[in-house]
Amino acid sequence: MLELNFVTVAFFVFSLITLGGGWGVVTNKNLFRGTIWLMVSLFGVAGLFLTLSAPFLAAVQILVYIGAIAILFTFAVMLTRSLTNLRERYYRTWVNVLGAGALFLLLVLGVIAPVWIANPDRALPVSDQVVRTVDFGVALASGEGFVLPFEVASLLLTAAMIGAIVIARDADEA
Amino acid sequence: MVPLWMYLVVAAALFSLGTFGVLARRNGVAVLLSVELMLNAVNINLVAFWRYSAPTEIGGFAFAAFVFVIAAAEAAVGLAIIISIYRSRHSVIPEEADTLKG
Repeated sequence: MLELNFVTVAFFVFSLITLGGGWGVVTNKNLFRGTIWLMVSLFGVAGLFLTLSAPFLAAVQILVYIGAIAILFTFAVMLTRSLTNLRERYYRTWVNVLGAGALFLLLVLGVIAPVWIANPDRALPVSDQVVRTVDFGVALASGEGFVLPFEVASLLLTAAMIGAIVIARDADEA
Repeated sequence: MVPLWMYLVVAAALFSLGTFGVLARRNGVAVLLSVELMLNAVNINLVAFWRYSAPTEIGGFAFAAFVFVIAAAEAAVGLAIIISIYRSRHSVIPEEADTLKG
């Protein structure tokens, strides 16, 4: 049985925040509010990372997602503002509700239930030891670790930034 | 700690919500918002599997960290494309961007 301690309560609270925020994102007619709900959802995901003993990823989640990506979305919503309140919100609503519901049931009943719920020995962590953030930092900079993916990722970010500027710039100004 | 499958169920629910948003929303910005939800669901799964299956290995942790980079690049380019389409067609409805349609 589930023991009721601080981490368990935190898991349920943050799950509720995550899914409630996600619900707000897909159902809100006003896209500006949708972006705010996205921030709520991302905050919940950061909390879930904390309960998974990954405080570094939680901090990155808040800095990169809420601090940068959500602000970027806010700008995009404002720059395309005149059409943010469309009369019809959805295409083929009921087909898509059924499709997404079927996907959820398939994932839960078809994959999660037989593999993880049916095997109680896979339910708990294999070890209470967790990699420290300092180990991750060393691995990012060492030749035996992730130095190549790290450099490729920085190249990708630079390319994406230049590409975004080039694509979004007015053709007349060039 | 709570059993692993609870994290997986939460991530599956978030992923399904995002799928619905991507398929059903008429506004291109809303579609990208829903893509962010799906990316976050995947990241919850990655971190949960890392914590429960291989918490002493650095690989799963690094994988989740690199997903952040990809998500940032995806959001920047995707929003730039939407703003560019809005400039030329005064519309953010993906279905109306059909110049390449045969």
